[in-house]
Amino acid sequence: MSTSLPCPATDNWEEVRAAARYALGEPIAEFIDQCRREPQPESQLIAVLHRVQAQFGYLSPAHLDAVAQLLQVPAATVAGVASFYHFFRLQPRGKFILSVCLGTACYVKGADRLAQRIIDELGITWGETTKDGVFTLEQARCLGTCGLAPVLMIGEEIHGQVTPDQVPAILEKYLKRARQPAAGTAGRG
Amino acid sequence: MRKKKVSLTIDGGRVTVDEGTTIMQACQQLGIRIPRLCYHPELSLMGSCRVCIVEVKDMGFYMTSCSQKVWEGMDVQTNSPEIRQARRDIVELLLDNHPQDCQTCERDGNCELQNLAHAMGVRARHFEGRRKRFPLDLSSHSVVRDSEKCVLCGRCVRVCAEIQGVTNLSQHGRGFLTVVTPAHGANMDDSVCIQCGQCINVCPTAAFLEKRGAGAVWEAIARADLHVVVQTAPSIRAAIGEGFGLPPGTPATGRMVTALRRLGFDAVFDTDLGADLTIIEEAHELLTRLKEGPLPMITSCSPGWVSFLEKFYPELIPHASTCRSPMSMLSALTKTYYAERKGLDPRQIFMVAVMPCVAKKYEANRPEHVLDLPSPAGRGAGGEGAAAEGPGVRAEAPGVASISPLPLGEGQGVRAVPLTDAVLTTRELLWMIKCYGIELATLPEGEFDPPLGSASGAGDIFGTTGGVMEATLRAASELVTGRPADRLDFTEVRNVAGLRETYVAIGEHNIHVGVANGLTNAKILLDKVKEGKEPFHVIEVMACPGGCVGGGGQPYPPEGFHILDPRLLAKRAAALYAIDAGKKLRKSYENPAIEEVYDTFLGGPGSEKAHRLLHTRYAAKLPRGIR
Repeated sequence: MSTSLPCPATDNWEEVRAAARYALGEPIAEFIDQCRREPQPESQLIAVLHRVQAQFGYLSPAHLDAVAQLLQVPAATVAGVASFYHFFRLQPRGKFILSVCLGTACYVKGADRLAQRIIDELGITWGETTKDGVFTLEQARCLGTCGLAPVLMIGEEIHGQVTPDQVPAILEKYLKRARQPAAGTAGRG
Repeated sequence: MRKKKVSLTIDGGRVTVDEGTTIMQACQQLGIRIPRLCYHPELSLMGSCRVCIVEVKDMGFYMTSCSQKVWEGMDVQTNSPEIRQARRDIVELLLDNHPQDCQTCERDGNCELQNLAHAMGVRARHFEGRRKRFPLDLSSHSVVRDSEKCVLCGRCVRVCAEIQGVTNLSQHGRGFLTVVTPAHGANMDDSVCIQCGQCINVCPTAAFLEKRGAGAVWEAIARADLHVVVQTAPSIRAAIGEGFGLPPGTPATGRMVTALRRLGFDAVFDTDLGADLTIIEEAHELLTRLKEGPLPMITSCSPGWVSFLEKFYPELIPHASTCRSPMSMLSALTKTYYAERKGLDPRQIFMVAVMPCVAKKYEANRPEHVLDLPSPAGRGAGGEGAAAEGPGVRAEAPGVASISPLPLGEGQGVRAVPLTDAVLTTRELLWMIKCYGIELATLPEGEFDPPLGSASGAGDIFGTTGGVMEATLRAASELVTGRPADRLDFTEVRNVAGLRETYVAIGEHNIHVGVANGLTNAKILLDKVKEGKEPFHVIEVMACPGGCVGGGGQPYPPEGFHILDPRLLAKRAAALYAIDAGKKLRKSYENPAIEEVYDTFLGGPGSEKAHRLLHTRYAAKLPRGIR
């Protein structure tokens, strides 16, 4: 009978756990360990997702699966939460976020033409990221600097009274910066 | 302590109920059934569909009666022109982005949304709403997911998490694009789904369905060169009558056999005989394990449970009985023992299994459940030649399981054919019988065919929770003590509550047994096994509530019952116990058909041949589930 045969090792937990720790990196894995020592660790799910997004810029299925395993919350629940909140991004974002203000003041000052020029130059539309991973194009609703209309925000920097013709030079500046390893704003969400 | 009472008015009538009662429950006591959709009595409250709204005096808004508890002096109006209009509006809005394909839908006539729309008086479609567009998920062998038909009631999400402890499903995204999927929108096949099919059971529409197998079976029956054999699981006979107006709990064994023969099957075998065989092999395995370990031994007949074990508790795999399920054992015997006696090539046999279960479709497709046959001369490695022979029936349409022989082991002079070629659920068989125009209720009684058609009562009770345990105890008590069992009924292991632990004295052994149905219950026992504080000897696990009688492939409930209704499951179980009690032959060991199989073919329980044909193996599977 088979019962007299030696039992094969069947538990895959150590491999699953090691892969999850590797995917998230030790600081986040340790934060999850700490959550697990407290009552109701599942209530820390959103806090953990914030850290993962801050670290990697977005939440990939691999990240979410790793969170599920280490926090011991079902992956469907983790993915359901991550996909519900607007704040959490499930796609990678570019190094620089181009936020074109489409508020009333910027709009009457030609933000639509400015946006169209960016779309033409980069070949992407709203919400998309360039293939080289440098730029993501987003809409903004009034950045509170209407005196500078139309406003283009790139990363944390504000560009005021931008005309469509200035767009190529501005983009080139950031492209150069992205190519220099030390510069840029790595780790920014 | 007596519960505090609360008095309220419902539709002008006074009623006094326990504190904590919901409006819906209070109405039920007055004989008023509030319409509902997302509400399910066996699941947690969600209150999302708003169909069950009622008017409560002095409240500025309609309240959901499923979730609102009553208060002293509450004045409820369940029916007024306004409330009826509001409910109708809600259902109309649900329908506005629902496909308009009722006539061609699998659930036509059995659809809760359809019934609800009719009851609410929806007689016209006022708006052509935007349609949801999602791909059909056909990746799984068992469960088909069609999110275009989903109304986001969340019952599948709840049954998967609360009853089965699997939590494979959740609502992803938000707003109009919300969709119920496994994590990250993955296919069912790439998820922790254990294919139990309870999502199919609780779904009010056709957003979850079993993968169809009937088309392949019709084609096989129509082919003159195939010998088409059917086997039926214990719990089919206890449920199939419901589809033909028989009261729930009416055994319909003989009539079902006659119907199967009229459908054109060449032989009708009884899975119960496979169950008898399972019992004998399992009892022998238990004896060996009592000496050599590892204990406890956990039963492995339920493929949903096996899948759960491999994904959620892989470290306990050495505890699972290596016995194949009754279905696979009987299929193996049909393609070897029966084929030899009939002088048939196993490739000529098309084996159909009627199961209460959708996970059996997955089991039949597992690569372990094949028969290795020497390749015919000249066809050694011929992929094309191999594909052209054997019961390779083409797929009829999307959603149909492929039943071509698995091309395993080719090129080594060995060809593998699946043990079971097609698996039908009870629902599918019910439909086939109706499609053929057979009036099951009035049929004469038929008998299963020899040599694999006679079974003991121990085989019948396999279909209900605790039944495998009881049958094992009947056999083990004789094996251990060496004398006839002093009793046949082990009512202490009959498990209606979902979880049961007890000690059973057998000879000088005091056997610690556990029985669980519904995997949330099974987790409790498995965690105890892991802790090792109270060592068990035998544990029976069935994935579905109530065991196979509540399987994911059983008929949608008849009028007056809801799905997973404990009253309905108890009636089906009672039918099986009645069949067992009414049989002279109640012990697997005394089944002459089994004796003959062992004497003339297998060469004794636990023999090398028995092991090759009747046992299997398991392996840890990814993705690993969170338990």
